[in-house]
Amino acid sequence: MTLVRISDDALARACGADALAAAFEQHGCTVHRVSSWGMQWLEPLVEIDGKGFGPATLDDVAAILDGTSDLAIGVIEDHPFIAKQQRLTFARAGKTRPTSLEDYAATGGWNGLKRAREIGPEQIVEEVLHSGLRGRGGAGFPAGIKWRTVAAAPGSQKYIVANADEGDSATFADRMVMEGDPYALIEGMAIAGQAVGADQGYVYLRSEYPDAIAKMNRALELCADIIAPFQCEVRVGAGAYVCGEETSLLNSLEGKRGEVRAKPPLPALEGLFGKPTVVNNILTLAAVPHILGQGGANDYEALGMGRSKGTMPIQLAGNIKHGGLYETAFGITLGELVNDIGGGTQSGRPVKAVQVGGPLGAYLHPDQFDIKFDYEEYTASEALIGHGGITVFDDSADMGGMARFAMEFCAAESCGKCTPCRIGSVRGVEIIDRMRAGRKRDTLERQPQMHNTPKQDRSAEDEVTLLADLCDVMKSSSLCALGGFTPYPVLSAMRHWPEDFSDNPDSVRNALDRVGT
Amino acid sequence: MSKEQRLSEIIAEHQSREGPLMPILHDVQAEFGCVDADSERIIAAGLNLSRAEVHGVVSFYHDFHGEPDARPVVQICRAEACKSRGVEALIADAEAAAGTRVKLATVYCLGLCSVGPNARIGDDLHARLDSDRLKKLIETV
Repeated sequence: MTLVRISDDALARACGADALAAAFEQHGCTVHRVSSWGMQWLEPLVEIDGKGFGPATLDDVAAILDGTSDLAIGVIEDHPFIAKQQRLTFARAGKTRPTSLEDYAATGGWNGLKRAREIGPEQIVEEVLHSGLRGRGGAGFPAGIKWRTVAAAPGSQKYIVANADEGDSATFADRMVMEGDPYALIEGMAIAGQAVGADQGYVYLRSEYPDAIAKMNRALELCADIIAPFQCEVRVGAGAYVCGEETSLLNSLEGKRGEVRAKPPLPALEGLFGKPTVVNNILTLAAVPHILGQGGANDYEALGMGRSKGTMPIQLAGNIKHGGLYETAFGITLGELVNDIGGGTQSGRPVKAVQVGGPLGAYLHPDQFDIKFDYEEYTASEALIGHGGITVFDDSADMGGMARFAMEFCAAESCGKCTPCRIGSVRGVEIIDRMRAGRKRDTLERQPQMHNTPKQDRSAEDEVTLLADLCDVMKSSSLCALGGFTPYPVLSAMRHWPEDFSDNPDSVRNALDRVGT
Repeated sequence: MSKEQRLSEIIAEHQSREGPLMPILHDVQAEFGCVDADSERIIAAGLNLSRAEVHGVVSFYHDFHGEPDARPVVQICRAEACKSRGVEALIADAEAAAGTRVKLATVYCLGLCSVGPNARIGDDLHARLDSDRLKKLIETV
């Protein structure tokens, strides 16, 4: 009987994988629902004897089975998109059934945890430090230092919290880990628990990921005995983007409004319910089992560049021909990612802008395509890697509109605790609207009692100066990255595409030069 | 069973957990389609919180609603990646198809960012939407 492998990842299912799997079963095949290879433009991808066919529809079933389908892409593992990657965190992608304990154990699963239990807490922290693993949520803080702090913190009750509130647009790597290789995350959490002396873990999972919630719950149920005495539970978010910020997430877990907390105290010392807490991203935790394997830390440390060690699961999204998950060592250039690997835009039009790092990341111009994927290099260019999401826009994109959306998004998702974010974002939308629609003073400013307000209308330069000033305030005085990083997409869009903001782009450039942003 | 009894059951089910409020609110929202003022009062009493504290949490999160809405909901992602793939051009037609019968909600990211525009109905996700497919989804929901 023919064995057919089709992913049950949410993306494959949204593209019709369930009906396709049923059709193959009707044709007498055995169907294994496996994790996704990450070649999303080919989903639903059908795999028979290692060979791939995609994107398949119900009409293709017969042709695939009798070998006449023109969707054949050859051996999947030899496909350039897969063959060129360095998959460590996603080593099992496409190869195992997500909640099968048998498949997990057969592919080296639980070896990291076993070894961690043998070598003890101090050595675990030492190896994570040595690997150079940095937090994959965006901030890039060394995971080993965080663990060491929690391990050294006094207290008998400590927590491991996995941040699965993956709200950035263009990111889906956390989702793919949880839906495709949930035990890797759980093993990473159990190892973290071993390292810091925590016996309770929580996975804070956003409600927008129903498939991931179901898979994680199922996986936790099945492996409870293996990770014991460590216990772990899924907690579902409720649609607040800001809860991806760690202190806001902790408040939400405690059953409070997801408002950001001032730091210090650091969550490592006073986190969940005031107890020492490790809060790590899913990708950080899922990288741990590999690092704790024999020689894993050395292998990990040998990859990457500068202080960005190991691999990053990069997510190619938006208007891109070959979208999907691309895990590779740090140091790859943006041009390689977008043009060589991603194949340019899906629409076939020229690339206009690329946003790296989600809604808070800068828009990069094709002139900047030689920038290397590295935390420090992006910071130096006033950009950020964030969670490794890349959104490609073609030349039909309206960058003024996207800058406005950045402010609008910040206003919609602000937790409201700090003024620069809560009010600054609303003012930002207003200024961009005025820039784009003509420059009248608004009604309030024209009131007679506003006698200190200049009565003449603002020039384009005035508006840009005002917006740059607002961005400066938001950057330097917001409590967290939501208000603090929203200026990046706004300022970068103005800098590179001033013509999308004003009929007089030179005035935008001049004003930006004058304020030095 | 009265609503009050059912609420007490839900509260009792989660009460011994750490941080029980969010799981309770999720269950109440799923069962009654909203967390109204009455429910807030009963939950507050059950967890020894003030009504203000519970209302503060209910009103903070996009997923909880203070009033029931009997209309079926179609969530459409309008974040950057879906915008780059043209979701904004579909909105006018979608609104026309929805009329007053269907509630269209904006969601920021369903995590299917290379195959947008995307929508969610209940726990079902739909990708690679064009105007016709989205209209059909809305009309048949």
